Amino acid sequence: MSRMVVLTGNHAVAYAAKLARVDIVAAYPITPQTSIVEKIAELIESGDMDAVMINVESEHSALAVCYGSAIAGARVLTATSSHGLLYMHEWVHWAARARIPLVMAVTTRTIGTPWNIWPDHSDFMDQRDAGWIMGFAADNQEVLDMVIQGFKISEDPRVYLPVMIGLEGFILGHTATPVELPGQKIIDEWLGPRRQGFLVDGREPVAIGNLAWPEDTEEIFMDLQKSMREALTVIQEVDREYSKIVGREYGGSVQCIRCSDAKYLAVSMGAWSGDLIEAINNLREEGYPVGVLRIRFYRPFPHSEVWKYSRGVKGVIVFDRAISFGAWGQIYTDLVASMHIYTSKLPFITDVIAGIGGVNITYSDFYELVKNFIDRIERDEEPPRFTWYHKRR
Amino acid sequence: MYSRKSPLPYKMRDVVLPGDAACPGCPIPIAWKVLGAVFGEKMILVIPACCSSVVVGPYPYSSIKASVVHVAFASAAAVASGIAEALERRGITDVYVVAWAGDGGTADIGMASLSGAAERNHNIIYIMYDNEAYMNTGIQRSSATPYGAWTTTTPIIGKTEHKKDVAKIMIAHGIPYVATASIGYPHDLYAKLERAKSIHGFKFIHLHAPCPVGWRFDPRYTIKVAKLAVETGMWILYEYYDGKLRISGPSKPFIDSKRRKPIEEYLKLQGRFRKITPEKVEEIRKYVDENWRWVKLLS
Amino acid sequence: MLNRIIVEKPIHNRIVVAKPKIGVAGKTGTWRTEKPLVDNSKCKKCYQCEIFCPVNVIRVDPNTGATVDYDYCKGCGICAELCPFNAIRMEPE
Repeated sequence: MSRMVVLTGNHAVAYAAKLARVDIVAAYPITPQTSIVEKIAELIESGDMDAVMINVESEHSALAVCYGSAIAGARVLTATSSHGLLYMHEWVHWAARARIPLVMAVTTRTIGTPWNIWPDHSDFMDQRDAGWIMGFAADNQEVLDMVIQGFKISEDPRVYLPVMIGLEGFILGHTATPVELPGQKIIDEWLGPRRQGFLVDGREPVAIGNLAWPEDTEEIFMDLQKSMREALTVIQEVDREYSKIVGREYGGSVQCIRCSDAKYLAVSMGAWSGDLIEAINNLREEGYPVGVLRIRFYRPFPHSEVWKYSRGVKGVIVFDRAISFGAWGQIYTDLVASMHIYTSKLPFITDVIAGIGGVNITYSDFYELVKNFIDRIERDEEPPRFTWYHKRR
Repeated sequence: MYSRKSPLPYKMRDVVLPGDAACPGCPIPIAWKVLGAVFGEKMILVIPACCSSVVVGPYPYSSIKASVVHVAFASAAAVASGIAEALERRGITDVYVVAWAGDGGTADIGMASLSGAAERNHNIIYIMYDNEAYMNTGIQRSSATPYGAWTTTTPIIGKTEHKKDVAKIMIAHGIPYVATASIGYPHDLYAKLERAKSIHGFKFIHLHAPCPVGWRFDPRYTIKVAKLAVETGMWILYEYYDGKLRISGPSKPFIDSKRRKPIEEYLKLQGRFRKITPEKVEEIRKYVDENWRWVKLLS
Repeated sequence: MLNRIIVEKPIHNRIVVAKPKIGVAGKTGTWRTEKPLVDNSKCKKCYQCEIFCPVNVIRVDPNTGATVDYDYCKGCGICAELCPFNAIRMEPE
């Protein structure tokens, strides 16, 4: 039986791990992730969760331990943030390239220096090219659902890749909201036993990770790319299946809010999408034909979904909470490239970098930015292609 | 003693397959043969970046008839812990997890993960095969390189610091079993691995493994050099468990310093000590004496 | 106790797992510069050569003595150096 509880985003990760019957958790404390492992430790020590907690000495070892446990047949979870994620970056690549299913929660936080504990997406985006399935939740309920979905996607034989679930530190991580916990039985039935492509448990002599010649190496990575493509379908399927058992459907890789009849699209990812949706609802009331396209899964990039909703629109405004210095926001870059697959005639697309270093972007900021963008196009003015929207302290 | 028929050679036959990618005279597969004698196929070797990552051979084949997990450089102990915990949870008790790392992967980049895993006392055997430099990248200095030795990053003066004593560090962790061993004494290594196998928790073995390429000696002398290290007292074989240090058989005669061979005999066989000065030899002698003093203190 | 584990091959993809095989690095004896020759009339079956052979290509038979698999012998000379009875000598290829 499902029940409503009040949970922070971080605690939602812990309860999702419990529902997914995670066997082994290895993690290292870092603000703002810490309350995930604290909660899991509490659940284990109180006897509510049957799992082993390994309190490692670094994030690099956290993912290494998870990798070891996973290849030996355990369902594992780790969690980290910012510098911790950067410290384990070597293993982030290794886990994906070894095709080992596991799930990691990333409670996002700005990368230093200067020291900063507030959230942006810089740590998450830094893992962009590592070969992980990368989801980003927008509220605490979705955090819980996405972690559970993450295991299903990760352990699908068409995918067999690790899954990273992002949630903004503090905004979701430490803010308690009502969350519906699905019943253990329905999750057990749906998720099923641990599934993986190979097993190293000493019963049969196998070697993994051997030196490989360039051609073999390339083929292994071509397979990875193929699986990423397949994952687009799997993510849709998993979301649909999940909705049948819990009654919540998010739309797969993207969530479309009032965008099917929209002439303008605002694209975003993460918790601030809530403020953006609020702003768009108001603009709709004022007659602006605008919708929100929320990226739920950033990798694999949902290019066809993006095209499905952006086809024929007049303008797209992208909100990026991270920047590739010297270039643009990552979502903008991928969105432009994706649309270019389908058409050489792109609409007006503008990239707004905002909320970097945890600068608080509110409903009214989104309202002004989107309104301004649409007004300019409607007045036949060329809108800027790139803006770093900054608010002074 | 030569006529004594030991069962060891027969046990050593099956796990290491001929045709691996090691250099001629490489000590690594000799040690693996001993591991094979103790664990058979029922072992999972966790190997970080080191010569051994190459020796095993290229995908899709492996020269070891046991399980091998290649891992990122600093992570042998961490991955081994993860595997051991998963096996324990799955109730698999007849498979042994062996972290097999070089001196660089242990004494330098892997020190934190080794220390962490030891402190958590995971049920693994960690073997540091010590060829006293970064051999896989081409003979660069490690913290386990001995004083005075030439390497490509100590090219003219030689190393100006003494060898990091990792076994001593591991004793300080209070783990159930610490031992030193040498490639020159497979029966001793075998006995130590058998003991390690019988103990639950973290076991550490520091294995001295001369490298013909990096130490600049003819490959035929691998075993001779290994034995000379023990006979000169430069490498002391012992076990430490239950709060006590026990000097192993091959090293026992050399407790008495008069019975040790002159360390010059060990040094002169190796090109890496070619330019060593008498003052530096004296410094090494002091280091050896100090080591023995410490070992005797604990035994 | 852990749930049942399902090992299922990836769909469309290869499994990146290596299997044990003799001669992973080819016939490593082909680049040898010296080869060990055994004079079994001198062999006392002490097994030193077999124990220390790094490539595991020497087999000592308690009756007939030592044999070498030259396909994979790398010619390091450890056996010749160790043999207490001078039953093995190295000969240039």
